[in-house]
Amino acid sequence: MARAVSTRRKSLNTLIAWSIGLLIFFPILWIIIMSFKSEGDAIKAPLEVLRSAWTFENYGVVQDRSNYSRHFFNSVYIAFGSTFLGLLVAVPAAWAMAFVPSKNTKNILLWMLSTKMLPAVGVLYPIYLLFIQLGLLDSRIGLTIVLMLINLPIIVWMLYTYFREIPGEILEAARMDGATLREEILYVLTPMAIPGMASTVLLNVILAWNEAFWTLNLTAAKAAPLTAFIASYSSPEGLFYAKLSAASVMAIAPILIMGWFSQKQLVRGLTFGAVK
Amino acid sequence: MGQIELNQVSKSFGNVEVIPPLDLTIEDGEFVVFVGPSGCGKSTLLRLIAGLEDVSGGHVMIDGRDATETVPARRGLAMVFQSYALYPHMSVRKNIAFPLRMAGMDKAEQDRKVTQAAEVLNLTDYLDRRPGQLSGGQRQRVAIGRAIVREPAAFLFDEPLSNLDAALRVGMRLEISELHKRLKTTMIYVTHDQVEAMTMADKIVVLQAGVIEQVGSPLELYQRPRNVFVAGFIGSPKMNLIGGAEAAKHDAATIGIRPEHIEISPESGAWKGTVGVSEHLGSDTFFHVQCNASPEPITVRAVGEMALHYGDEVWLTPRPEHLHRFDGKGSRIE
Amino acid sequence: MATQHSRSAARLMMAPAVFLLLGWMLIPLSMTLFFSFKKFLPMRGDSMANGLDWVGFDNYVRFISSSAFWPSVQATLVIVGGVLVVTIVLGVALAMLLDQPMWGQGVVRILVIAPFFVMPTVSALVWKNLFMDPVNGFFAHVWRSVGATPIEWLSQASLPSLILIVSWQWLPFATLILLTAFQSLDQEQLEAAEMDGARWPQRFVFIILPHLSRAITVVLLIQTIFLLSIFAEIFVTTQGSFGTKTLTYLIYQRVLESQNVGLGSAGGVYAIILANIVAIFLMRIVGKNLDA
Repeated sequence: MARAVSTRRKSLNTLIAWSIGLLIFFPILWIIIMSFKSEGDAIKAPLEVLRSAWTFENYGVVQDRSNYSRHFFNSVYIAFGSTFLGLLVAVPAAWAMAFVPSKNTKNILLWMLSTKMLPAVGVLYPIYLLFIQLGLLDSRIGLTIVLMLINLPIIVWMLYTYFREIPGEILEAARMDGATLREEILYVLTPMAIPGMASTVLLNVILAWNEAFWTLNLTAAKAAPLTAFIASYSSPEGLFYAKLSAASVMAIAPILIMGWFSQKQLVRGLTFGAVK
Repeated sequence: MGQIELNQVSKSFGNVEVIPPLDLTIEDGEFVVFVGPSGCGKSTLLRLIAGLEDVSGGHVMIDGRDATETVPARRGLAMVFQSYALYPHMSVRKNIAFPLRMAGMDKAEQDRKVTQAAEVLNLTDYLDRRPGQLSGGQRQRVAIGRAIVREPAAFLFDEPLSNLDAALRVGMRLEISELHKRLKTTMIYVTHDQVEAMTMADKIVVLQAGVIEQVGSPLELYQRPRNVFVAGFIGSPKMNLIGGAEAAKHDAATIGIRPEHIEISPESGAWKGTVGVSEHLGSDTFFHVQCNASPEPITVRAVGEMALHYGDEVWLTPRPEHLHRFDGKGSRIE
Repeated sequence: MATQHSRSAARLMMAPAVFLLLGWMLIPLSMTLFFSFKKFLPMRGDSMANGLDWVGFDNYVRFISSSAFWPSVQATLVIVGGVLVVTIVLGVALAMLLDQPMWGQGVVRILVIAPFFVMPTVSALVWKNLFMDPVNGFFAHVWRSVGATPIEWLSQASLPSLILIVSWQWLPFATLILLTAFQSLDQEQLEAAEMDGARWPQRFVFIILPHLSRAITVVLLIQTIFLLSIFAEIFVTTQGSFGTKTLTYLIYQRVLESQNVGLGSAGGVYAIILANIVAIFLMRIVGKNLDA
């Protein structure tokens, strides 16, 4: 905008925007505050909650009981595992589609994206049955594979768009310079694609971490990641607001931080290029 | 060492035949320029020679061996791309060394060759910089360096100067020509700029819609264009092409006369006309004269400065020994 | 760019991804289809080993004619529709606001984007207990402080409550997308319109909205697909009671709770068809963009 904006207008914008922003962010803020209060204080009226004493006890309690760290580890394992597994399969596929396009490339890509639109509930029972038969129920591996499959379309898609941004001539130059396919990918493509791959990993780890259908239905005590663990707080006994808050903060903090860095990737990865 | 032959080479993309079967011989050590308008297939032809595209028919022979099925890396050719295609994450040194690394050369030998190439191309001070830190001309030299170290049978240039500004282009043109004189290696050069073609080539191949219109030395193409297309393409400003009654007077469907071969005089001459727009370059003056001989304005060159103004009456006389005649199909009549 | 060599290499490289996704689609899908035509109640002793009875389209008919069906469709429509309206209307407004000059824009963006990254179970539980609980929740305290009776959100106003929770989660997504689209609007167009005498509401209707329409359509389609399969939020708050049983939840219950696999599978097939219809529209737009 070439026009100068009056300070008054800017202040007004700032006021409104910050108010709305804080309003939207408030629940998260509230969880953070609650996590540092005792249970007795947590159920009081908001103003009294704020005035009451701060404490770290909840974080300790949540960690001691209920094997919190195991569930945290499960989330890490599954989120990163499924993403890297997906990368392994997706990098070659995206390479092929970006650099050696054929007339079917577009359709194959669209088909891959469409598999993500499959309603999970429609295949719930077969997967459940298969898992029982293969002994994969309540196993980290099983869940990792499922999450890899549901995010694979997005990983392929994002890598595809990032690869397309690499000038094809550079890869041809490598070819003329004598590089085999393997060398071309290893020494030229991958270094140039690292930022794009990092972005893809970021977004997909977030998506896998937050996934709340398969993680809820295919796991029990052993392999349950944080999504399922938190869900078990829904019918507890006794006071639990503060503990719930502490558990929640620990569960969402890593992703909130990662999320702050991945806004652009979000648009790229989840709108499938339909919005520029 | 760098003799290349194309036998009945053709290329189709799907159902579209962009290059009908074509024959061409390039002798060892020649500087050959493929020139033509956009879409004429010159870059495609270059890529077929490089092996970056498969031929749809015919054979590519390099030094007598059939290289049609050989992968690009093994054809012994090096290519300089229009966008230079430098590896952005590698230093200049690593860029130039890359092909040697791929060939498995040992480190010491690699360093030697890189240093050599850098000296030849004045890049010694930039060896540790990244492409992003170089100017356009420097980047181009790195691309050339990367090609030189391979000691190829032939160099392939794909419009290497199009991304440079005009002043730089002239300088680089001379450098590339010098390089050719020094290395004496075959060079195949693609451009749409006929000035580059004329100044750099031993042999020019004029292409239109995938078909070779004429092959010859620059002078040949200038003095004896084989058809109307080549006549109008080579030479700047364009040759004046006149049809109709005036052409019929010379027993042809079209006659052609270059701007530099027309006498212009305010007093007398063969064709009467009115001066239109004029371009004063100091060294030459170009007049666009509206003449009864032709519906299109005729471009005339006068050496030095000539004081004629818009609307002045002039006479034009084409010099008969430089008049070209073409028949109804556009081919040259001797 | 392509040679015979690289083409065959390419096919090989795409193979793993294609096969995996093909398997992921076909195997469970065909099983669901298979089960939908059979009578399969594992808790009553049916099993694959014993062989399952063929019942034709029986399950399909029973699913639709069951008393729970139409309410579930209704619940689905209300929730999905409600969230769509809220997120898109507010999303457009927020996007325009965020595009304005202000101080600390980066921070405000972070504040607004945050809810999308909170996992659904946390979000639902926090809303249910910390905010909506009629005794100790935030809202309850606020209501009481002005002398009103606290609302029992999840039992009395269950659908609006769910819409609130899900909208809170998805508003950032809509806002981000619309903001991106908004920022690609050519300022000069707006200035030209201003010179032509258009006042702000007119500029909004005639220039901004049409420009955003593509993005709005995309947001609409993508959100619809994901909203149709909302699960965790319902699972954790109401378990489908108080009229919040969406189609997805109904199918889930049939399959995993009451374990009528045949019936649930038929329902699943309905859900798949429905999602595919929406997906076709979305893929058309994506496809057009890929050509560009």
